[in-house]
Formats: sequence, structure tokens, C-alpha cells
Amino acid sequence: MNEHIEQLVRDAHESGDYMPLIAEIPYARMLGIRVMRLGEEMIFHLPIKADNIGNPMLPALHGGVLAGFMEQAAMLHLMTSMHSQTFPKIIDFSVDYLRAGLSRDTYATCQVWRQGRRVGNVAITAWQTRSEEPVATARAHFKLD
Amino acid sequence: MTIEQRAQSFLSVLRHCQLLGMTVEQADENGLVIKLPYSDLIIGNPVTGVVHGGAITTLMDTCCGISTVCYLDEFEICPTLDLRIDYMHPAEPGAPIFGFAECYRVTPTVIFTRGVAYQQSREEPLAHVVGTFMRMGKGAIDSQKVPAASGGTA
Repeated sequence: MNEHIEQLVRDAHESGDYMPLIAEIPYARMLGIRVMRLGEEMIFHLPIKADNIGNPMLPALHGGVLAGFMEQAAMLHLMTSMHSQTFPKIIDFSVDYLRAGLSRDTYATCQVWRQGRRVGNVAITAWQTRSEEPVATARAHFKLD
Repeated sequence: MTIEQRAQSFLSVLRHCQLLGMTVEQADENGLVIKLPYSDLIIGNPVTGVVHGGAITTLMDTCCGISTVCYLDEFEICPTLDLRIDYMHPAEPGAPIFGFAECYRVTPTVIFTRGVAYQQSREEPLAHVVGTFMRMGKGAIDSQKVPAASGGTA
């Protein structure tokens, strides 16, 4: 594995600041993903950005952008909770859209329901106004090395 | 307008899809193919250069969503209810990814779609996808236009 990235992952685990690592992931950088640490909790943040809009008439966040944000959140959450040095690989991803993702800032939190030796199961909740009113929920399986 | 022109005009207004350079490759009454070119923007693993799953989800959400125009007489806004992607293997870095989607059941309230993401051939999918879309339109029954599930029993 690339030594630079490996070092960034180690630094992130040590300092709790994952922004330098996110800055090295081109897709996460393009979406503009940010992460806040509240003690041990991680809240992922997707600030509104014109390039993330799907339908400009509504206007609404592209459903794929919302899903991509949630998948990236799950991956980082899993790496953090496992102190993993490598990026977990996605096996499957399932998302339910509950409300229109409007042109607003979006937040996500994750829960690892099961972390086996080979596979991890992560649930993701995304919201815009209040966490009790999610815009989408998702579930992902990752292959762990 | 032909089905392909309708699909193209639908895709052309989606800003994020334009940013990723997505284009309609083929569209007819049997389904839709959209191309996602490889670019540095969509790399998910900076070590291997493998495309992020989110970019493939975006391709497939778009492809399944626009495939509804292949079956509906008039344009209707159909928001995604849910989408599931199963990854068979990672995408080869440097090459474009294609998304194919078809509607296998159209009812007055929902449209069931399925598809694959692939690089070399549709017979060797990177990922299988199913997506369900809500009909917000006039609720017209267009189901007689759709052949009873092409193959599957779902």
C-alpha cells in the first residue's frame, strides 16, 4: 500500500482529524465531504454545492450523490472503528429514499451492526433538518482484509 | 421525439451527471445504456485508482431513472424509492463504465427497474442493480405497453 496514504490513515486515527485523509480521496473531495468529531462520535457533513444537484428544476440533491456520500461515510466510519490501515471494499449497498433530498446541507451518522473477521455490516442514516426525519437510510456490507 | 432524444434531453439537465461526463449511448423500447467515462474525479481508492462505488451508484440511479422514458408515453417525474447494488468485482481503472437498465414492471404507482454496470461486455457485469421508482404523474396505466417481464419472474 502507498506509504503516504498509510501514514495519513495512521495520523487520522491518532489525531481524530480525518480531513487530511478525505482530501486524498478524489471522489470525497469532489463531493465536498467533511467530518466532525464529537468525542468518539463522527458526524459526516455534505455542504450544499451546485455541482451535486441532479434535477435543477426542483432543485434536489442527486440521489446518487446522496448514496455516494452515505457509502463514503460508512467506509470511513468502519476504518475508524476498526483502526484499519486499508480501505474496506464494498460488497453491496442498499438505499431507501424517504424524503426529497433538497438543495440543503446534509448530515450522516453510521452504526456498525456487525463486524466479523471477513465482512462488516454498517447502517447509515442521512438527514437535512432533524435526525429524527431522515431523507435516506442505507445499509452496506464491506469486505474486510 | 425518439426515445433516445428524450433520454438525452433528460440526462442533459442533470447537473451532477454533466459534471461526470455521462452520455446516452443507446435508448429504445428495450432499455437504456449510459456511459460514464473514467476520470480522476471519481477515484475512490487513491492507492489503486479504482472508481468509487458512489460514482457507480450515481450512474445506475440515473440509468434506472431515465429508463422509465423507454416505457412511458409522456415525461413523468419518478423519484427513486430504493436502489440496491451488488458488486461482482471492482471496475478496471482507466476504462469507461457502462450502465444498462430496463423496466420490468410498470404499475400506476411504481416502476420496477433492473440493470447492470459493465466495462467489456454486458455478460460480465461489475454490478447488478435493482431500483424502484415512484410515479408522480397522472397515474395513467401504461402497463399494457410493457412486455410481461422480459425473462425474469420478478
